[in-house]
Amino acid sequence: MIVRLMGEGQFRVQDELRAQLESLDDGAQAAADAGNEPELDRILEEMWQLVRSEGDPVADDDLSASDAVIPPSDLTLEETKRLFSDDGLIPDLPS
Amino acid sequence: MAGLMSRTSNVVKAWISKLLDRAEDPSVTLDYSYEKQLEMLQNVKRGVADVVTAKKRLELQTQKLEQELPKLDDQARKALAAGREDLARAALERKTVAQQQLQGLDQQITGLEAQQEKLLANEKRLSAKVEAFRSQKEVIKAQYSAAEAQVKISEAATGIGEEMADTGLAIQRAQDKTEQMQARAAAVDELVEAGALEDFTTGETSLDRELAQISAQSQVDEELAKLKGELAAGGAQKELEEKS
Repeated sequence: MIVRLMGEGQFRVQDELRAQLESLDDGAQAAADAGNEPELDRILEEMWQLVRSEGDPVADDDLSASDAVIPPSDLTLEETKRLFSDDGLIPDLPS
Repeated sequence: MAGLMSRTSNVVKAWISKLLDRAEDPSVTLDYSYEKQLEMLQNVKRGVADVVTAKKRLELQTQKLEQELPKLDDQARKALAAGREDLARAALERKTVAQQQLQGLDQQITGLEAQQEKLLANEKRLSAKVEAFRSQKEVIKAQYSAAEAQVKISEAATGIGEEMADTGLAIQRAQDKTEQMQARAAAVDELVEAGALEDFTTGETSLDRELAQISAQSQVDEELAKLKGELAAGGAQKELEEKS
């Protein structure tokens, strides 16, 4: 499957990695809910390291969509809230 | 409850569909999407330029503060020589403040450099994908029926839309960080302008002025003593003349 590390690009990893990532992801969500930024960043960083070490970078000109997207590892709690809010952390392009 | 990964995926998907919902005709969607990709490339270039500008401002401030340090040392030395330990202390205190600011500026410049690198990497990836999309869109237009094209378009557009969302996020984060730093840089400017470090209206600090006063004072004292000496000598002369 293809995993995107937001800000760093896409990596092709074994499908088996999904369970491991999802288990880490539960911890990341719990840390975000508990307002524990150091723990959130630590777990996200662990997810990033896992994808980087187990995966192969996808070519820049490959247009494949990702099966999973992991937010930046240095995301602040404030940014996490904004990312999922209606305003969003990703600005719209002007129409 | 969904985890961070699936929620982030959903945010990205929603962003892409907002971008693509605007056109119904597949070939219009393709051209519109391509146009937006080029806009995003422009945005990321502008983002890099903004970061570079912010970095230059901080580098200028660094230079200014570095020039202050030997000056403050010199002032402290002069003040101490004049027996004004209080002024020497004030100069050294200012030096400490300037040094702390310098350290902060160093970290901020490093932070901005990291942002700049991230944006440049984003630009490189997006640029390669835009190029791939451009050739693919011509193939899709030429070779597929409307129904087939729809599927191909949504595949290609999702892939590149994801990269655009990623780039958009990187630009936003860089902008947020740059704004924070500009607020801090403005605070340093204010500190400098308020005369805590240097009074730009006269080119002198209040320390300079006090030191100048001390040396003026000692010159007055010297001249006064000289005059007193002359008077005393004159008086003695007169006494001698009267006695003779």
